[in-house]
Amino acid sequence: MKVLKLNMPLTKDVIARLKVGDEVLLSGFLFTARDAAHKRLYDLIKNGKPIPLNLKDAVIYYAGPTPPPPRRVIGSCGPTTSSRMDPFTLPLLKLGLCGMIGKGERSEEVRRAIKKYGCVYFLAIGGIGALLSTRVKMAKPILFNELGPEAVYKMEVKDFPLIVGIDSKGNDIYAKTKWKTK
Amino acid sequence: MREIDVSKIRDTIRDLCLKANFELREDILRALKSGLSRESEPRARKILKALIENARIARRHRIAICQDTGILTVHLEIGQNVVLVGGSLAGAIDKGVEEAYRVGCLRKSVIGDAISSRENTGTNTPAVSYIDIVDGDRVRITVSPKGFGSENKSVIKMFRPTDSTENIKEFIIEAVKMAGADACPPLVLGVGIGGTFEKAAYLAKKALLRPIDKRNPKKHIGKLERELIKDINSLGMGPMGLGGKTTVLGVNILETHTHIAGLPVAVNVSCHATRSAEKVI
Repeated sequence: MKVLKLNMPLTKDVIARLKVGDEVLLSGFLFTARDAAHKRLYDLIKNGKPIPLNLKDAVIYYAGPTPPPPRRVIGSCGPTTSSRMDPFTLPLLKLGLCGMIGKGERSEEVRRAIKKYGCVYFLAIGGIGALLSTRVKMAKPILFNELGPEAVYKMEVKDFPLIVGIDSKGNDIYAKTKWKTK
Repeated sequence: MREIDVSKIRDTIRDLCLKANFELREDILRALKSGLSRESEPRARKILKALIENARIARRHRIAICQDTGILTVHLEIGQNVVLVGGSLAGAIDKGVEEAYRVGCLRKSVIGDAISSRENTGTNTPAVSYIDIVDGDRVRITVSPKGFGSENKSVIKMFRPTDSTENIKEFIIEAVKMAGADACPPLVLGVGIGGTFEKAAYLAKKALLRPIDKRNPKKHIGKLERELIKDINSLGMGPMGLGGKTTVLGVNILETHTHIAGLPVAVNVSCHATRSAEKVI
């Protein structure tokens, strides 16, 4: 298994070289967003309004961290289930979003869009939020702060461990798993 | 009669919430380690090692094992010779939860209503409480914070009374497949069989509280648990659904009486960070 060290912002060239199953240590700035923030962004876009977030070449991490304990930058911060964000994902990809981090499978519609726009979907290991918190250098809520744990955070990560779940060619790590019924 | 001040229940609930969120249950940790010793797939091994390391970091630095510190289920078994004094029991439960989630820097994931405003209550309360009156003069308090990545995958089915154990097994295995990677395998399954619609679901939840290395004392139920563990671990799903032999860490079944026309079966899907803590006062 290859382990690649990548820095953000990710360029389309770098993304194009990533293959499903590759292990990645990602560094740089990303945004967190989960259900409520996605719904709000989606509604703004649907109503033809600008969104207060520049998604060009951005990576969104599906996460709602615990508050930082004393002397730490963030609490536990593992990924949440990505498929809940599927219905809101396409307009964000159209706005230039280049990567997503979460856990679990994506819809066929999202897989096709990842291929179309040459993006990438990363898996983070679910349920290791304490460990992942040691790879976060900075985190602050920047949007929808009233949503509390569902606010959008800007987060700086260093060597954040990920696996390529869907690559820019649309190859899905879960496509060939033998346990699947369909 | 024995008097217990509700402030003691409040403080116990606070301490148990912190313990459950910071210290992975010993039985779960043992199961992760034994899973690791059986796995040969490099990726499965790597993930299991990360889960074990995560538990170590959480315990040492008092950080939540998982950021989804859950909605809290509180089970109280109150001896009938106990008199609760000093105020409201419901208030004491929620105060204990609120305090833990504040001082422990745990995530507040509870919203006040499901389909109106969905506004966060900011305190992770109210908890979901179940109270049983039992013999004696003690109070057993069990708290279980549970995330919704796995809770969302839970299922219930009202079987025909003539359906076979095989039918039930198929249903449970199908639930695991449907849960897939989203529920954070290796999973722990709580299964409730019998009762009524809601009783089966309650038993499924309660089953998760039993140490996963203890089989149901009813011989045929214990056998069913062992068979399910074996069958599910042969699916090849593995940690994070990325392949391996460790798909479930445990299957705990609770069975009870039911109606002649029915056979309810509920599966409460839980993740590798199945959390609970208990104390008797």
